[in-house]
Amino acid sequence: MYDFSAVYIPESLEQALRMKHDHPQARILAGGSDILIQVREGRLAGIEVISIQALDELRGVTLEDDGTVLIRPLTSFSHVSSDPVIRRCVPVLGEAVDQVGGPQIRNIGTIGGNICNGVTSADSAATLKALDAELEISSVGGTRRLPYAEFNLGAGKVDLKADEILTGIRIPRDSWENTFGHYIKYSQRRAMDIATLGCSANVRLSKNKRKIERFRLAFGVAAPVPIRAFSAEAVANGSLISSELIENIAQAALKDVNPRSSWRASKEFRQHLIAELTRRATRAAIEKAGGTL
Amino acid sequence: MDKRRISLVLNHRPTELWVDPRASLSEVLRGEASLTSVKHGCNVGECGACTVLINGETFNACIYLAIWADGKEVLTVEGLSDEEGNISDIQQAFIDEGAIQCGFCTPGFIISSLPVLERDEVPSRDEIRRQIAGNFCRCTGYEKIVTAIQKTARARHGG
Repeated sequence: MYDFSAVYIPESLEQALRMKHDHPQARILAGGSDILIQVREGRLAGIEVISIQALDELRGVTLEDDGTVLIRPLTSFSHVSSDPVIRRCVPVLGEAVDQVGGPQIRNIGTIGGNICNGVTSADSAATLKALDAELEISSVGGTRRLPYAEFNLGAGKVDLKADEILTGIRIPRDSWENTFGHYIKYSQRRAMDIATLGCSANVRLSKNKRKIERFRLAFGVAAPVPIRAFSAEAVANGSLISSELIENIAQAALKDVNPRSSWRASKEFRQHLIAELTRRATRAAIEKAGGTL
Repeated sequence: MDKRRISLVLNHRPTELWVDPRASLSEVLRGEASLTSVKHGCNVGECGACTVLINGETFNACIYLAIWADGKEVLTVEGLSDEEGNISDIQQAFIDEGAIQCGFCTPGFIISSLPVLERDEVPSRDEIRRQIAGNFCRCTGYEKIVTAIQKTARARHGG
């Protein structure tokens, strides 16, 4: 038996928002693959939860008329990676979430829960940052939009008010059209492990495929929160593709990050990974876009 | 806490259960439903010993609330036998290949192998390993488990 002091079970989003308003201290329980474990371990023992697991209206991926890829937050990792819209428009996101845990965790874990937990190692986070995603956040009072870039306030802290629920993740057409991405997760094991470092890069090349029109790069576990690497992007934008450029991007990325030592890896090893994964992810993204090095 | 009624199809049979909202599905399956193939190993979604099939996908029943099973089709290893109690091809393959030692992890592995056995072609050893990556076995070293699953897939596709 899980140690909950109350379990609220809404039957619609509207009811869920009302419950969150009436019980602001209650935690939203989506797939539970983080929260249930923390309850079991005692860290969240005795909490109140609002279980939104059964709310199918918060599940699924759609392509909006304006080309926005709209991912509802309860979509499981396995459904994100197998979704036809994701495979066509943002395959890199499917590849990223396919590296979470093992099959059972990918079937229950949700993309919304992954980013709302606010942990820096979330496998979807770096790629959603690199795609400049926008979040739709709802409360009884209405809905607001927030760039995902502004969502993480600190380790484990996100910009969700006590009465709010994440209701959508939007990837605008401009972020995916003619854009090719690559994600690399570095971990000790290939399954059931948390990233030591995650690196997601995407590029849009010029018509002749020799120049980078736009480059975006983001990391997980390179700082207390998942981050974009803006200096590295500035080095790449508008530059001719060359081995020298790749090296300059990797060196610039080191200025954007602030990794720490943990039991998983030292700060120095993470810095090494940041430079090396940047080189590899950038090369792979350029090759997927049809460019050559 | 007040119990809630859930309706599910459990091992092919329509079933109604009254469950505590705080209960995990593994507790309810092992308790009220007496389906003890579902093992409590780690209880935190790491070892896969409690794996069950829900609407065709694998889940760790220990980190799945019983109330979430409302309206779903749930399958445990008990549901693989036929009406006379004869075991299925995949169970027999585990025995024949020596893919069982202590046996604790076996029901979870068998359930985890089901989605890959549904495919149109015989899976590679790597594909099988990926499908069972959320199940731990501390006895066999996995090789024989992979062999048992691949052998079953081959037999189902006409050898």
